[in-house]
Amino acid sequence: MSTLHTSHASAHDAHGHDAHGHGDHAKYPFLQHHFESPAHQFDSAKLGMWLFLATEVLFFGGLFVAYAVLRSRFPEVFSYASHYLDTLMGGVNTCVLILSSLTMALAVRFAQTNRRKAMVWCLVLTFMGAVGFMVIKYFEYTHKIHEHLVWGKTFYVPPQDAAGAEEAKVISTAPAPAPVALTVANPATPAVAPIAATPPVEASAIKAAAAAPGGLASVRQQAKAEGLPVAANDPAFAHPSMHLADPTMPANTHLFFAIYYCMTGLHGIHVLAGMVMLAWLIWRGARGDFSSDYFTPVDVGGLYWHIVDLVWIFLFPLFYLIH
Amino acid sequence: MTTIDASRPIDLASRPDNYLTHTRGFLSWALTLDHKRIGLMYMVAVLVSFFVGGVFALLVRTELLTPGQTIPGVTADVYNQFFTLHGAIMVFLVIIPSIPAALGNFVLPIMLGAKDVAFPKLNLGSFYLWLVGAAFTLVSLAMGGFDTGWTFYTPYSTTTTTGGVIPVLFGVFILGFSSIFTGMNFVVTVHKLRPPGMTWFRMPLFLWAIYATAIIQVLATPVLAITLMLVVVERTINIGIFDPSMGGDPVLFQHFFWFYSHPAVYIMILPAMGIISELISVHAHRHIFGYKFIALSSIAIAIFSFLVWGHHMFTSGQSPLMNTLFSLISFSVAIPSAVKVFNWLTTLYKGNISLTTPMWYALSFLVLFTIGGLTGIHLATLNTDVHLHDTYFVVAHFHYVMMGSALIGMIGGLHHWWPKMTGKMYSEKLGTAACIIIFIGFNVTFFTQFYLGAKGMPRRYYDYLPEYQTYHVISTIGSYIMASGFFLTAYCLLSSLFGGRKAAANPWGGGSLEWQCSSPPPHDNFAVQPSVGDCYDFRSLRWDEATQGYVIDPALAAEAARNPLH
Repeated sequence: MSTLHTSHASAHDAHGHDAHGHGDHAKYPFLQHHFESPAHQFDSAKLGMWLFLATEVLFFGGLFVAYAVLRSRFPEVFSYASHYLDTLMGGVNTCVLILSSLTMALAVRFAQTNRRKAMVWCLVLTFMGAVGFMVIKYFEYTHKIHEHLVWGKTFYVPPQDAAGAEEAKVISTAPAPAPVALTVANPATPAVAPIAATPPVEASAIKAAAAAPGGLASVRQQAKAEGLPVAANDPAFAHPSMHLADPTMPANTHLFFAIYYCMTGLHGIHVLAGMVMLAWLIWRGARGDFSSDYFTPVDVGGLYWHIVDLVWIFLFPLFYLIH
Repeated sequence: MTTIDASRPIDLASRPDNYLTHTRGFLSWALTLDHKRIGLMYMVAVLVSFFVGGVFALLVRTELLTPGQTIPGVTADVYNQFFTLHGAIMVFLVIIPSIPAALGNFVLPIMLGAKDVAFPKLNLGSFYLWLVGAAFTLVSLAMGGFDTGWTFYTPYSTTTTTGGVIPVLFGVFILGFSSIFTGMNFVVTVHKLRPPGMTWFRMPLFLWAIYATAIIQVLATPVLAITLMLVVVERTINIGIFDPSMGGDPVLFQHFFWFYSHPAVYIMILPAMGIISELISVHAHRHIFGYKFIALSSIAIAIFSFLVWGHHMFTSGQSPLMNTLFSLISFSVAIPSAVKVFNWLTTLYKGNISLTTPMWYALSFLVLFTIGGLTGIHLATLNTDVHLHDTYFVVAHFHYVMMGSALIGMIGGLHHWWPKMTGKMYSEKLGTAACIIIFIGFNVTFFTQFYLGAKGMPRRYYDYLPEYQTYHVISTIGSYIMASGFFLTAYCLLSSLFGGRKAAANPWGGGSLEWQCSSPPPHDNFAVQPSVGDCYDFRSLRWDEATQGYVIDPALAAEAARNPLH
């Protein structure tokens, strides 16, 4: 019997790839059967997470390319429409996310040094940062929607209410953009009909838009100059969607808001996913699952949280700070 | 007879614990973390989808027998849905998951000498994502189907009135993530779970191919995912990014789509190339020629795959400079592809070729891939492409590559590893006959389409001029021949489950690690960690008549050890 037993044990040793193979499995309950050691499992999980982050970068990458294409095609739209975004709210949100990244990094550190209470508190703070970000984002979105700064064709339709009717009047009295007549160099080609409804797009529109103080302020100034009814406390004028009365608004401004909602929306979804992940980490952390032997979920979760922050670090200047 | 049956304990001993019998019951499969079971479930799911996609292909071919309506009730709109479903099912549900997720899942960890993939739970999750994606495709059918073509080109996909476009876009999105997670799993497995001795250049070439594929899956698929989401957003709230009347750009969609979908072509073909490397070497009983070149050419193809997407868009109005660059880079893909083909041919040269069913599939692959690859050069040439663009020439070309190469490679691999997966041997006669019928049917179907396309027949058309009819009839007859071949294959494999001879551990004489464990493999793959050597050095193997398989002969092994190959 004893010889049989010995051969069995040596087979097991070979099975475990190296000397400490099975001892580790008995010692660490979290160690999965196909890994040799906690370090082996940790390294694998980390590589997996880095690959996932690569897919995230490419996932957002598609939208960043769309942004680049649209911005290179309509630079005047971007420098004009950026004025409508609230830099203060965006800036505060940037700070909130950077701070939450700090608390996340600290949580990883505390997990590695077995300070469970501090780790859980840091995770809770990170979670609060995510909540704060989403709350501010919520106010930003509702404000934009109230101002009728939305996507697609609805961007050009005044809201269907009393204020909207009032506003439609203001818009109708606003100077209509001059129709563009395309002069055709080649007389053999049939002349193209003037595109009446489209606001003029000049080659120099970039400079004009960049120079003009865009946004609602410019609408007011423009209206004043045109002798339109304007008062600082005029309720009709305070109504949103005054961008429609702005003759300096370049064509296709809706595209800025389309890509703005796509990118910040997708980022918001990632923040929500991050909150679910953080809640799970807090629950497991409070239960006492993590220690200096096993902190893989906190570590890879932290990596995910940092990439979510990093995407915002790019979104903030690209949308809010380009004027 | 009533006495205690003395043979029973022996019977139990001769049926050792394997992965199929390790645990029983529905949940033991539905919740399994065993890569072999997940691979087998993928295989069943993929083959069922292949049947459904094949039915749509036959409907398309039958409808094209005559100009105008052929099948009663199949109007032009229904026909559009048929070819769209055929394409979408075959690409997203069959070919992309077929080799990596089904065969790869089964074979990769065993070949590597690992107990499982790095993330078994994620692996099971990928399979369920596949099921959810397939379910979305069914939902889309219930909601009115979709007729966009598998390419979902805007502006048609954002304006068509068929009701199932959004569900199928979500379905493909989910299938994409299934593919991404499989890729992540395989990259980490290859990097982190190689046992001692399994160096990069000792890995079987199938693993190199799967590794290169996994890299593409991880890096290309997310771009498709975001593109499909943009189409969904465009369709639901009309944001205008792809709509020219709103300042958007439909060509941007094409760039996004092909940035994924061209690499996706290599997601399909690279694993098949890996299988062929195994098949040719094992069934010719000769050391693979140019191992490093084949291995690195997989990586080269993976890199090139990201740089050639523009060759789908030569007629889209992109700049002549870009056309020229994309054309040149597309030509250069021929180099790593040819490196592989020449190395396979050189491996066969003076080999001791066994004309087994897998070898017949490998030989079919060589012919079909060469035709498919060389006609790709016609399409990468700018001026001929303008003539051939969107004709049946393109259809024939990509069927030679995607079906004649990727799927034939997959079916060949299925025959190669069938004894390992099921523990049963199929009838070689039936298998070989089915392969030859498929080969003939395939060429009759698609070689004809090269003529059809060169004469100007556009793809995806429901109706055509009478002068094309002869070609269409020949092509349809070919598709029936091919279908009968596949039915024969199905019969051959399924009947082996019931009446097949028990498979030996190593029925073909393979040298990689999966042939060292029993057929079917035990739950933990290896009772004892196997020693890793040169998996293409077959000199120590000897045919054993008793077990009908190859065994390692100690004398031959000692002889081989005295004369190392390198």
